[in-house]
Amino acid sequence: MAVTIQRAKVEWKRLPLSSNYAVAYAVKDLDVDVIAAYPITPQTTVVEKISEFIANGELNAEMIHVESEHSALSATIAASAAGARAFTATASQGLELMHEILHIASGLRLPVVMSVATRALSAPISIWNDYSDLMNTRDTSWITIIASTAQEVYDSVVQAFRIAEDPEVMLPVIVAYDGYIMSHTYEPVLVPENNEPILKYAPKNYNRIKLDPERPVTMGTLASPEWYYEFKYQQVAAMEKALEKAREADKVFAEYFGRGYGLVEEYMTSDADIILVAYGGLFGTIKEAIDMMRQNGVKVGGLRIRLWRPFPAEDVKNALKNAKLVVVIDKAISYGARIAGPVALEVMSAFYHDADKPSILSIIAGIGQRRITEETIKEIVDYSRKLLERGRIPNESLYWGVRGVRYE
Amino acid sequence: MRYEIRWHGRGGQGAVTAAMILANAAIYEGKYAQAFPEFGAERRGAPVRAYTKVSDKPIHSRSPILNPDIVVVLDPSLPKELYLEGLKENGLLLVNTKKTPEELKKSLGIDGKYTIYTVDATKIALDILGLPIVNTAMVGALVRVLPIVSIDSVAKAILETFSGRVGEKNVEAVRAAYDAVVGSDL
Repeated sequence: MAVTIQRAKVEWKRLPLSSNYAVAYAVKDLDVDVIAAYPITPQTTVVEKISEFIANGELNAEMIHVESEHSALSATIAASAAGARAFTATASQGLELMHEILHIASGLRLPVVMSVATRALSAPISIWNDYSDLMNTRDTSWITIIASTAQEVYDSVVQAFRIAEDPEVMLPVIVAYDGYIMSHTYEPVLVPENNEPILKYAPKNYNRIKLDPERPVTMGTLASPEWYYEFKYQQVAAMEKALEKAREADKVFAEYFGRGYGLVEEYMTSDADIILVAYGGLFGTIKEAIDMMRQNGVKVGGLRIRLWRPFPAEDVKNALKNAKLVVVIDKAISYGARIAGPVALEVMSAFYHDADKPSILSIIAGIGQRRITEETIKEIVDYSRKLLERGRIPNESLYWGVRGVRYE
Repeated sequence: MRYEIRWHGRGGQGAVTAAMILANAAIYEGKYAQAFPEFGAERRGAPVRAYTKVSDKPIHSRSPILNPDIVVVLDPSLPKELYLEGLKENGLLLVNTKKTPEELKKSLGIDGKYTIYTVDATKIALDILGLPIVNTAMVGALVRVLPIVSIDSVAKAILETFSGRVGEKNVEAVRAAYDAVVGSDL
């Protein structure tokens, strides 16, 4: 079906918002019906702001107070099963406590949207940022977008509901962004004066299979070995479909609202010998580091993974195929794997069957919000160039900046 | 031109809010800005730092500010090593103190090449707010010595943050500090 697109006439107001507040504004503008959440740092202000909107009468929604994140997601999926547009938000330990229900949300094919202000995991306790929590959701069949600015957070939550509620997708979506580094940073965000165009772009899909006493259905019943596999394969197929639907959702968004992101973001890749691959807020720092290095004649570029699940392998390969060396910076560790960066593994596997491919180096950095500045990025690139000259790219992750480990 | 400002205070004095108000004022003027705290240190009395970046162009980097153009000190009892660290040569130092810039320079033994301004923000805050919360006054003093945003935009940002009488009183503190700040070129 052809999509007719017309640039929407939207009056935008430019507000100073944190990424947490950007989520709350999107939830308000999407006219979400039910929110259930439990407070956890650094997500809490998302739900505080939503509560404010409900109290002010700016959003007509039911806010369910629950006693844990396990209950938060359970209540959210129950509301979604009853046909409501439902939302929750969490981070870190909260996301871990939800883990069981993550699979139930996707298995029930419920178009729930959740924001995650990513944070390190205990023990020891760290309230600071990395992507350990998010990467643990990799195999849960949630579509996952990782944003890099507060504006993109707003726009991605809007896109998320359109993708989730698409009849050919019907899968939950996570919109993730750096805890603290983005969740608590104020920056300019355009939000519409009224939400009509937002709802035109992402209309509520009430016309779906739901729990309705007039038309009874059973959800999540026992599936014997005879049938369970088929249910799971349908999720595989829906994820495949979601890749194209996510691409289309962003394309339509761009034409409708004038802002688009793609499934990946390229920065000065076309002539780059070395391309840095990263995700989330770090990519902004990488872009400025690339600007500095380019001034010194270093041919370096950047690629940001925006859609993490489903993984846009072809987009990634197209962006990276002409590089000599690809350096993937992961802010999470897959313990016990030689290549311990989850995104590095994915990039490597995308190229596995190709005869002609760049060398790929996996770097772990920013764990528990260990500082990454432009200087750090330059050091990583300097070291990578040395490895490239020596022609020896290690087949194991490098743990950048950790005490007691030095790379010569 | 990008200005990078680092705020130093103690938990409870409102350094994080000051950083935000300045950024918000810049955003209301159509500029680009970022404000964020040094995360996780928010305990009453503990040294706190916060950051504001203001520019005419989009700001991508999310690095903390290690070499600020401007340092603002809300609490003069903080050790000088803490707030002078990385301050650029010819950078601007604004301190809440009863002392004049010359007296401050002498008493602390500051020998770096900085342009120093002082303001008795504690007195202003006590007189106007009845509380020693100096953050808004320090924003007022800052936009006098570094006019990157107008005092009216600061007032707007404050009234968006604090409602009613609290907002109005804070705007009053901003204007008082704007007038009271001392420096050799003022």
